[in-house]
Amino acid sequence: MAPQPSDNIIRVRDITVQFGKNRILDGLNLDVKRGEILGFVGPSGAGKSVLTRTIIGLVPKVAGSIEVFGVDLDAADAKARRGVERRWGVLFQQGALFSSLTVRQNIQFPVREYLKLSQRLMDEITAAKLVMVGLKPEVADRFPSELSGGMIKRVALARALALDPELVFLDEPTSGLDPIGAGDFDELVRTLQRTLGLTVFMVTHDLDSLYTACDRIAVLGNGKIIAAGSVADMQASQHPWLRQYFHGKRARAVMG
Amino acid sequence: MDPFLLHWRGIGWGVGIVSGDPTLERIARGNGLALCAAGSWTARFAQDLERIVADAEKLAGSRPNIFIDVSQVSKLDTFGAWLIERLRRSLTQGGVEAKIAGLSANYSTLVDEVRRVKAAPPPDAVRVTITGMLDQVGRSVAGVGATLVGLIDMLGAVLAAGGRVLIRPRGFRLTSTVHHLEQVCWRAVPIVVLITFLIGCIIAQQGIFHFRQFGADIFVVDMLGVLVLREIGVLLVAIMVAGRSGSAYTAELGSMKMREEIDALRTMGFDPIEVLILPRMLALVIALPILAFLGAMAALYGGGLVAWLYGGVEPEAFLLRLRDAISINHFTVGLIKAPVMAAVIGIVACVEGLAVQGSAESLGQHTTSSVVKGIFFVIVMDGVFAIFFASIGM
Repeated sequence: MAPQPSDNIIRVRDITVQFGKNRILDGLNLDVKRGEILGFVGPSGAGKSVLTRTIIGLVPKVAGSIEVFGVDLDAADAKARRGVERRWGVLFQQGALFSSLTVRQNIQFPVREYLKLSQRLMDEITAAKLVMVGLKPEVADRFPSELSGGMIKRVALARALALDPELVFLDEPTSGLDPIGAGDFDELVRTLQRTLGLTVFMVTHDLDSLYTACDRIAVLGNGKIIAAGSVADMQASQHPWLRQYFHGKRARAVMG
Repeated sequence: MDPFLLHWRGIGWGVGIVSGDPTLERIARGNGLALCAAGSWTARFAQDLERIVADAEKLAGSRPNIFIDVSQVSKLDTFGAWLIERLRRSLTQGGVEAKIAGLSANYSTLVDEVRRVKAAPPPDAVRVTITGMLDQVGRSVAGVGATLVGLIDMLGAVLAAGGRVLIRPRGFRLTSTVHHLEQVCWRAVPIVVLITFLIGCIIAQQGIFHFRQFGADIFVVDMLGVLVLREIGVLLVAIMVAGRSGSAYTAELGSMKMREEIDALRTMGFDPIEVLILPRMLALVIALPILAFLGAMAALYGGGLVAWLYGGVEPEAFLLRLRDAISINHFTVGLIKAPVMAAVIGIVACVEGLAVQGSAESLGQHTTSSVVKGIFFVIVMDGVFAIFFASIGM
């Protein structure tokens, strides 16, 4: 199929993933539109991270097709794949910073690989990225083991954004952050989306994030997307899990 | 036409110009100068952009009023925004600030964002000086002492934990000990037997080859017996165990340390020495004599096989000669050494494992030094034992 200039940056069709006999995703369909922040929710263990990892290509799928930027990732050769990988950034749940490299080297790592830039420009861009994610430039020469949890998330985001990708995957970006830090992080994602025109695929458990940062929400259950739409759609849904999720005690506390 | 109009492009001059290539046109306006940026100012073109900006920076101070017009920029990302900001800063001279005009609402936030960036301090260069190198040498010499103290410290801690377990046997971790015994003993048998068998073969073959010149073929049995039972058997097996199990211990404990698992144990009121290290040490101390014995037997078997097939020494003759050549002393000497060497390997491995810091690199370094130090101390111990046994006439 020829790539269509559609507005869907990610197009997932009939994806099935299973580990042994345990079927995690079962004929799942999902579209992510250009420029939106998609919040991806679902019960723990439903396979949110598995879907993310499948789209990125870390988990093999049994059936289905995945198109990112209109490129079918199964049909793409190594070069086309690299082209796609160059255009996305991934923030892993634990940060996944390279522990033997400093913050500066971590952020410059993808830049060095894909672009030929002067050291001066790379250092300046590193400083710019650190400012954008709300860190002080002094952090640049520290090692990941010398950072706090929140700082690790921010540095990991800076690394994911190092090449100014069009699409970022955030796997529980606010988990383990204090509410103020998490709120800042949501604000940050929102700002970056506005300034850089990012498309954001965000796996999250954080109701605040869903309400403040996300344009659209998709809900995973039983290996399928059980609902997708705005916060209002979700609240109106009669699905039992959704009712519990969006009308439970914590949801009421967030809504005030 | 304005005489000052200059125009140059990022890449692909002359060749058909791809739309989107970034450009920076200089257009004179009155006594001022407008730098008109156009095309995509993005990471892809960053290399060319840097050159364009470096050229334009030379204009600083050439006109009283220079401003940057970005209204024609089709795409802008952090790289482009920063380079425009860098240009703006270089053009700002003598209190006259260069302005950026034509910013669309989308991009103004991005430009504001990079405006907050302070010029990055260059990373501290590591200078190599003679005093620095001497300093390093001094530190590593002092480090040897610290290593020894660390080993003795761990030996003491393990013995104390062993004592506590003797007083209160419920604290003993039998399951864990058996698990480690399986890992370091049972699973090591095939490789240990194979390698010692081959070494036995090689020793016998070399012995026969050279002894034959004096017609002393049969003495290969003496050499094989003494060498294998006293030295090679235990030494070779100890070196293999240091490489196989010592490294595993260091890596296990090191990654547990990295992920704060050891701290978690401590906060739950467990003693990491008792829970993690004592079972491992015990397993190793039990395993090494067994492996050394099996290794020695395999080596003798291999040697005997080669002596028979290659040297023509009949199995009966081999066994008779072996019985004359070696005494139980040779065998005892070998087996006495084994548990001591196991303890040395285990202690080195555990000290290194607990010394791992937060990074993967540190884990690698400590695993390496666990094996290197383990083998070193095994050989040193072997020398000490040789002197000891010689002086008591064993």
